[in-house]
Amino acid sequence: MLSPADLDTLLLTFKVASIATLLMLVLGTPLAWWLTRTHSAWKGIINAVVALPLVLPPTVLGFYLLVLMGPAGAIGKFTTWLGVGTLPFTFPGLVIASVLYSLPFVVQPLQASFSAIGEQPLEAAATLRASPLDTFFSVVVPLAKPGFLTASILGFAHTVGEFGVVLMVGGNIPDKTRVVSVQIYNHVEALEYNEAHWLAGVLLLFSFSVLLVLYTALKSHPVAHPLK
Amino acid sequence: MLTNSSFRPILALALLLLSQASWAVTVLVAVASDFTKPMTEIAAAFEKATGHTAKLSFGSSGKAFAQIQSGAPFDLYLSASEKYPLELEKSGFAVSGSHFVYAIGKLVLWSATPGYVDGQGEILKTGDFKHIALADPSHAPYGVVAVEVMNSLGVLDKLRPLFVMGENISQTFQFVSTGNAELGFVGLAQVIDVNSGKASAPAHAPYLRPVGKIGSGSGWIIPDNLHSPFRQMAVLLKTGAENPAAHALADFLKSPPALAIIEKYGFGLPK
Repeated sequence: MLSPADLDTLLLTFKVASIATLLMLVLGTPLAWWLTRTHSAWKGIINAVVALPLVLPPTVLGFYLLVLMGPAGAIGKFTTWLGVGTLPFTFPGLVIASVLYSLPFVVQPLQASFSAIGEQPLEAAATLRASPLDTFFSVVVPLAKPGFLTASILGFAHTVGEFGVVLMVGGNIPDKTRVVSVQIYNHVEALEYNEAHWLAGVLLLFSFSVLLVLYTALKSHPVAHPLK
Repeated sequence: MLTNSSFRPILALALLLLSQASWAVTVLVAVASDFTKPMTEIAAAFEKATGHTAKLSFGSSGKAFAQIQSGAPFDLYLSASEKYPLELEKSGFAVSGSHFVYAIGKLVLWSATPGYVDGQGEILKTGDFKHIALADPSHAPYGVVAVEVMNSLGVLDKLRPLFVMGENISQTFQFVSTGNAELGFVGLAQVIDVNSGKASAPAHAPYLRPVGKIGSGSGWIIPDNLHSPFRQMAVLLKTGAENPAAHALADFLKSPPALAIIEKYGFGLPK
């Protein structure tokens, strides 16, 4: 069965994943919109940078975050200057690392659903004198709803399942940075296979339910494409 | 059609490969990650001395243990603890009675900052650091020993809230080397300056503790009497029972050239 320590790691995981997903939506939406609309020469570069976490093995990414956010790193010097100290081994540090790691899973579905909208609805809104901001919230967001749903669920699920980065940046501190994936790994390493199976089972069941909800919701909200 | 002159080298090469295959064999070794540096050098010496090939797979002892139990094709297993090899012998995955201690692990309290850790470890009692790194004691042998040391010094309860735990000793080293943890318990092999000479007591005075020089930062080589013996054990696996190269490597690990390398990297020698 699950021990209180196991339950703590589950709770902490959902806390990290919820906050990270929220942050990713706040950051990812303008970024994805800009990437969809811009003709800037920077587009290719920014696109590539956003996708880079997919290329780096998580522990490698975690190692570089550890270096960058450490006392000798650029981010670490900046946060120390701000007076908040260094970020590794803290809850905020864990959330920031998760955001960097899972951001492509939020930006890319958003980008895809933004470009699927096309020019016509935006031009129609403009002829009705809607401001760009109004257009975005009244036209783009409703049309891109499936994209937002996919982005949230993928971002959330990916953060829940993340291991290498949190192991590096988190430091495996109980109640503070020890998330469920690390706990399962600890059980396996300590040869506590039974405990590992239980916790992994709960995690799988949870993930399955989340994905099931996603795909059921997507089915009942087909893409309302104006041209179809 | 192949001319005589172009055919001859191919034939020679084929013969050479055939003859190689008849006596030189490959041994696949699972090696605890703390033994990475010495084992790489030992394997090179072994290949030169015997003509066999040693393929090394580095990782945590626990991972290798689980892999071996699931049928991983390793011939020889160098664990960072005694627990896993003995367990494998009991469960029949290793050749019964083939285990032997190949090295004694040495722990160092280390900081990347020069002058931070004193030569007596007083900093553990007086320091106002925010984080102390160690390998996770729930499964990593270095973490178990680190906890024993803090317990012996009576600082365990005070320091526990400051723990940051690496999955293995390499990650623990990264926590400290990047300065994110002010200090931590790492392996001597990770911080020793291999060019500083022998990391052991002189032969005429064996009662002296090893005095391997630490390459960078500052550190305290922890005396053996503060923790239980840190014996690293190897075992011949069932897969390698008939493999002459596996037997040869097990013997080579106990030979003077290998022992010299083991010592150079800051490990104690089996008694």
